Amino acid sequence: MAADGVLAPSRSDVQSADAMRSPPVAVHNLSVAYGGVPALIDVTWTSPPSGLVAIVGPNGAGKSTLLKAMLGLVPAASGEALIHGEKIERQYGRVAYVPQRSSVDWDFPATALDVVAMGLYRRIGWLRPVRRADRERARGYLETVGLSDLADRQIGALSGGQQQRVFIARALAQESSLYLLDEPFAGVDATTERIMTNVFRKLRADGALVICVHHDLGSVPEIFDHVLLLNRHVIAAGPVVTDFTPALIAKTYGVPLEPLGQAKAAPDDV
Amino acid sequence: MTEFLQIDFPALICGTLAALVCALVGNFLVLTRQSMFGDAVGHVVFPGIVIAYLLAGTTAIWVMLAGAGTAALVTALLVEFLRRIAGVDPSTALGAVFTAMFALGVVLLEQSGLAGTSFDVHHILYGNVEAAIWPAATGPASLFNMDTLSQLPAQIGRLMIGLGLVTATILLLFKELRIVCFDPVFAATIGLRPKLVGAVITALAALAAVVSLEAVGVILVVAMMVCPPATARLLTDDLRMQVVISAVVAIASGILGYGVAAFLPSALGFDLSLGAAGTIAVVAGLFQLAAMLAGPKRRPARVA
Repeated sequence: MAADGVLAPSRSDVQSADAMRSPPVAVHNLSVAYGGVPALIDVTWTSPPSGLVAIVGPNGAGKSTLLKAMLGLVPAASGEALIHGEKIERQYGRVAYVPQRSSVDWDFPATALDVVAMGLYRRIGWLRPVRRADRERARGYLETVGLSDLADRQIGALSGGQQQRVFIARALAQESSLYLLDEPFAGVDATTERIMTNVFRKLRADGALVICVHHDLGSVPEIFDHVLLLNRHVIAAGPVVTDFTPALIAKTYGVPLEPLGQAKAAPDDV
Repeated sequence: MTEFLQIDFPALICGTLAALVCALVGNFLVLTRQSMFGDAVGHVVFPGIVIAYLLAGTTAIWVMLAGAGTAALVTALLVEFLRRIAGVDPSTALGAVFTAMFALGVVLLEQSGLAGTSFDVHHILYGNVEAAIWPAATGPASLFNMDTLSQLPAQIGRLMIGLGLVTATILLLFKELRIVCFDPVFAATIGLRPKLVGAVITALAALAAVVSLEAVGVILVVAMMVCPPATARLLTDDLRMQVVISAVVAIASGILGYGVAAFLPSALGFDLSLGAAGTIAVVAGLFQLAAMLAGPKRRPARVA
């Protein structure tokens, strides 16, 4: 029951004229460099209005960098990324971000519920405390990802898949219509994979856009409907059925196109 | 009783308040793995305070804070400069900058003729809790007499102001501090300004270092900032409880540490005097040792 209320797009999104007119994410001629080394070169991409998008490419292709550039976490050398037609600074709180699991200290003194409640912090506002009602609300999102029993467990005592689901629940608590996730399926168990896939499908049904950096080529057609093939440049972007082709994948990973089974030169993570 | 009020009571209060204010701030340094930054702050505020005193000729808390804050800012800028421009590793940069700043403070102090005053190097280093005395006290009634209370050492007033500011900031910004310590990148994506909150932590650490400097000294500031929070972390998995427990550990360290210094040698028949700042830090260290050996939230060392 909590899940139904939880996954509906928030009222502000439905009413926003901007959200109707502009695509959730629009990237224009974006280039990003780290210490002079280009990570993204002249990336232009317009997201579909809703659906499940996989950003796919080899290691070092700039996949995480693209997500971070959308969020304003890394500066653009040139070009820009717009969220609902506006700079990210005007859209904080309308984008739910799930960082890589390895980016935080899991020994931190916090319970699963504490972390999920962080998704409510923007709505609670500066200087105001987290109240009982907020915690009850956070509990609903934990239920959505099947973790109500572990609400009070310290986060370091959870399995990797459970930690990932805590992050998903925190993102759901933001009640956004746009979700950016960095490798959510990396190293998770089958239960977590199933629960996350169901959550994403529910979000799509509610009209949200979910963009995942994804590393497992094999599961792309099964989970996602759109794909962005990236190797510093955009190689291809579009529906999985038309753009997730062996030829374009080979081009993305920089391996010669050969019949399956002979592509010995393919990198390990393909 | 009168002797206790005149000599032991003010020193006990100073030592305990210093331990408390440092421990409260220390929670957030320990959580963000910046324990050594607490050490650095303790050291760099010293030249800041000396320069501020030489320029203004007073030890008023606002002058001291301005000097300390400037020194902390200069340190942060120098570390950032070394890191970015010269490509020096951050901990090396911090080590180089804070020792150089501290040495500058020592040189200035020796050349300024301040040595021998309350700015004595020995006291700056190790603290001098015992300097806090309350000659106006005549008996228990003095505790309720505004006139005699106003003659308590000024240090206590400074510590109370520092404690009030630190406590109020932590209460008001608790959720912001929690999220910025745990996941600064996520905090940035919801517009919670992690750098601003980080600067608040730095400012609180400088404030705590300044007000407790007289009592515990620059070397022991880091013990007060690190031991009580690290002890508390081993006793709970809840951040709010951790802050509360760290405060209790700090108060207990202050009282027991002072008691050991003031009464243990004579009780055992030794004719020697112990510096209370040192014994407070030792007691805090013993609390941490006990928590490490028996705390419920110990974690086995991870095998890489």
